Amino acid sequence: MQAENAIVTEALGRVYTIRGAKKNESKKLIALDNINLEIHKGELFGLLGPNGAGKTTLIKILTTLLSPTSGKANVAGLDVYKQSDQIRHHINMVSGGETSGYGLLTVRENLWMFSQFYGIESKVAHARIKRLLEIVDMTDRANTKCSDLSTGLRQKMNIIRGFMTDPEILFLDEPTLGLDVGASRDVRKFVRTWIEEDRSRTVLLTTHYMVEADELCNRVAIINKGKVLACDTPAALKRALRKEALFTIEVTSAEPFTVDALRNLPGVNRVDLFAEDGFSSLDFVLKDESVLSAVIDAFNPMKLRIKNLLKREATLEDVFVALVGTRMEEVEHAESPED
Amino acid sequence: MLNLPKIEKRSSGAQLFMQTIIGRASPRLIGLYREKSWLIFDVLFPMLSVIGYVLIYQAIGAPADYIGFVVVGGAMTAFWMNILWSMSSQLYWEKETGNLPLYISSPAPMMGILLGMALGGMVATLIRAAAVVILGSLLFHVTYTIQNGLMLAVVFILSMIALYGLGMMTASAFLLFGREAWHIANLAQEPVFLVSGFYFPLKFLPFWVSAAASLIPLTLGLDAMRQLVFTSGATLGFLNVNLEAIILAVLSVGFIVGAKLLLGYTERLAIREGRITENRR
Repeated sequence: MQAENAIVTEALGRVYTIRGAKKNESKKLIALDNINLEIHKGELFGLLGPNGAGKTTLIKILTTLLSPTSGKANVAGLDVYKQSDQIRHHINMVSGGETSGYGLLTVRENLWMFSQFYGIESKVAHARIKRLLEIVDMTDRANTKCSDLSTGLRQKMNIIRGFMTDPEILFLDEPTLGLDVGASRDVRKFVRTWIEEDRSRTVLLTTHYMVEADELCNRVAIINKGKVLACDTPAALKRALRKEALFTIEVTSAEPFTVDALRNLPGVNRVDLFAEDGFSSLDFVLKDESVLSAVIDAFNPMKLRIKNLLKREATLEDVFVALVGTRMEEVEHAESPED
Repeated sequence: MLNLPKIEKRSSGAQLFMQTIIGRASPRLIGLYREKSWLIFDVLFPMLSVIGYVLIYQAIGAPADYIGFVVVGGAMTAFWMNILWSMSSQLYWEKETGNLPLYISSPAPMMGILLGMALGGMVATLIRAAAVVILGSLLFHVTYTIQNGLMLAVVFILSMIALYGLGMMTASAFLLFGREAWHIANLAQEPVFLVSGFYFPLKFLPFWVSAAASLIPLTLGLDAMRQLVFTSGATLGFLNVNLEAIILAVLSVGFIVGAKLLLGYTERLAIREGRITENRR
């Protein structure tokens, strides 16, 4: 039986006109290009891509904040452009690093105010706020003014705001941005529990954290430069790389070295060098395991000593590298005018 | 298990509209008792201007009612400041702080958000204005002769509706024009104090200046209220009170309808161009 869809996009595109410093000087920027997605009801779906990939633009279109320039999109069975008013009853969204609400209001007052915009009865809103504050361990901050909250606590408040209205479809745009490791883990656990409690709920999560997408999402779409490059379960995406052999080799060296010679070896598909705390780590993607001995032989003339050798499973980072040809970090370092 | 209390029903239509108004009015009302700085900036500072004008009128031996004119005018400056610096610029600030996308993507009608902002601002400013009137009246022994209480209430309410309707309309305009709007606000502050006759009877300005200034609801509202609370008010009035009330009613309808239309246009533009809810662009 085919799953019911919560979100569908067909050939969706968005082009921005960027105005220049001078009059009549503008350029077009393709933020989304021919996006076709089907997100099932009850699914926790991830959009994984670097900053500037088009994730936020897609979320804006789906949350009725931006119109597409081509194609169409349906949310909860409704057209995002023609039926935006109806869609807004079914959705909510939380963005990482947002500074919404009013600094002079307390956490509880801010949350209550937003609950009123969704037509929730005050008594129910207060009960939900109380319980959600308990869940995210913020009960003692209920009466703290927002302006006195740390970035992490403010983000927790934003997350409560999103879940407080119990939306049918929730959009989480980099929800753990600014949170420490422990708080991020708690948020991921909470999101997972929330969706598992009621299979009619759907979450669309954007992230550039590979672990987050891998740990949380039922399916992931990898997006770069406005295009969806792959869409499947994290396991299936990684399985596609299984024919290659992945190794991480930690080495020490008396003098600085480059990996150009290693890259040119037959059967070496990719090498990435990470230098940290006096030792270097080399991530290899090899055609197969038999190439490893040639790689190790090449270490001698380079005066590299092996400290550790690990055969590892493919990660979503490897999938991204295989699809884009470069690491997500490297894409993010390149100039990016639009996300 | 999360054990979250269930949401059995969600209001829509008129009830959601009312909830939105009350919800959005709450920050202004809560701020009133939480941030006491308004006592200095919105009561004490306007009082200094009032004192200055009163001293001038006393020095030149102006009629006693002129002092009352200044006190009432000084109180009403609070409303104009509120319109310029809180109401008009509010949507722009909401965009900058990230609230605007949350408002637009919620089921709340944007007109309800604007009305909530207006109601909150109106109530908070009313308290400030009342404080100026009470303080000024006690300091300078101002006597009021209310000739028609009902008409006074009608004129005041119409002035407020028209004024905050204008504020709601300019809120969308400020959002459209962004930073350039700050210059408009700066430009509109002192000249309006002059052409609306905040500190002197409007009648002394050339007719066409007063007529043009009547587009700002406080001009006629203030003139009508002065006519209704001071003995010499009617002789110093610009137009007949009934006519001023009718014009204020027309302005109220015009500005509220204008606000709705401009808000709709702004929202459509925001969604089409993606530049109004986006503070990076």
